[in-house]
Amino acid sequence: MAYQFDFAFIPDYAGMFAHGLAYTVGLTVAGGAIGIGIGIGGAISRLWNLRPFGNLYRYYVELFRNTPFLVQLFLIFFGLPSLGIKLVEWQAAILAMVLNLGAYSTEIIRAGLQATPPGQIEAAESLALTRWQTFLYVMLRPALRKVWPALSSQVVITMLGSSVCSQISAEELTFVANFIQSRNFRAFETYFFTTAMYFGLALLIRQAMRLIGRHLIVRRPLS
Amino acid sequence: MLNRFLRSLTLVSTVVLATLAPSAHADVLANVTKSGTIKIAVPQDFPPFGSVGADMKPSGYDIDFANLIGKELGAKVELVPVSSANRVPFLTTGKVDLVVSSMGKNAEREKVIDFSAAYAPFFNGIFGPDEIKASKADELAGRTISVTRGSVEDLELSKIAPPSAVIKRFEDNNATITAYLSGQTQLIATGNVVAAAVNERSKLRRLSTKFLIKDSPCFVGLAKGEAALQAKVNEIIAKAKKSGALNEISQRWLHATLPAGL
Repeated sequence: MAYQFDFAFIPDYAGMFAHGLAYTVGLTVAGGAIGIGIGIGGAISRLWNLRPFGNLYRYYVELFRNTPFLVQLFLIFFGLPSLGIKLVEWQAAILAMVLNLGAYSTEIIRAGLQATPPGQIEAAESLALTRWQTFLYVMLRPALRKVWPALSSQVVITMLGSSVCSQISAEELTFVANFIQSRNFRAFETYFFTTAMYFGLALLIRQAMRLIGRHLIVRRPLS
Repeated sequence: MLNRFLRSLTLVSTVVLATLAPSAHADVLANVTKSGTIKIAVPQDFPPFGSVGADMKPSGYDIDFANLIGKELGAKVELVPVSSANRVPFLTTGKVDLVVSSMGKNAEREKVIDFSAAYAPFFNGIFGPDEIKASKADELAGRTISVTRGSVEDLELSKIAPPSAVIKRFEDNNATITAYLSGQTQLIATGNVVAAAVNERSKLRRLSTKFLIKDSPCFVGLAKGEAALQAKVNEIIAKAKKSGALNEISQRWLHATLPAGL
């Protein structure tokens, strides 16, 4: 093979890789936390058809689940300035991630809430739990427990999808990889290293989601 | 055996060419004056310098300037479409008298052909709206500039920009331009030809030249040793710069005034 592998340049760019990794983590944490929050609100609104949120959520979910993430990102970054709304690249990236994950998690959490057996709610009523207690402990918590693995997967998918934010000059991990590759043309080495970083990050996020699930929602070992 | 034959053939043809070549275009200027026609190589695939329009006729900056040379020489111009790869061979083999084909000067070319004075601007620069003042790299401090990642202008800008300048790098020219046009960046780093094309197609935000970051203007190419022709072409260029004729061509095709230093 003619190609000479040379990973020696990686340490020179350690600072940039760290910056890109931190940027990606930041996007994922912000997008994940706010997105799941939107998802819970959306699931409740949709399930009980709270006006006007129920309908608004329906259009929002359909719109964002049926269009490509890249196009959503371009619309926010390049399109909205025409309406006088100018978001810098990290704001646009976070907004796109939040809206995208919010739409998907709305549907995931709604599925969990809908799967609550009616008998469980009747049981709660007969125990004289308040409406709020019924919702929180009898509906939401078991629902989140059921869908938590699916939600974790969606967060990882969104994290991987954040790589397209490099297209609007957000300096996340893929941007850093493209930048380094444009300077030294070491495509294999750069992207190999970047792939390893994404893989490690995905495993870490899954683990983090497990821990969050165990401490905040389930309060008992996950099955 | 075959190898040796080929080698001697190469040697012979080199010697023959070397002896024939100079006589092929001895005093081109005299020939042109005598015959009343001049053959000029122009681009056909490089707008706005030269491209073939719907009427199958070449048009552009280079074509206008070639015609200007013909007018000044009092000769009929015969346009010869060339590609960027074969424009030098066309000249060295005497198929054309001049090359007006948005050609830059470099050491390799200077070994085989001669050049006139610069006749057209070709540069990478910083562009932006009229209200932003930036005449040198230091004045980019605190400004946001869009640029295409890995391009020549990216490499140059990365070297000269002050640390407080925010360089936003995009995947391709299109995103770089859109970022500027939508107001996501204050300035843009790109080529003057690209800027001209954008100014022609979009009125959203004008791209005015702020300063040059890498300059490689275009020169007329001539065969080696044509001192009389070279002097004449230089005279025509100087006259066209002074009279404003060249500026007119620049306005028409590049939508910008001729840079003062050209």
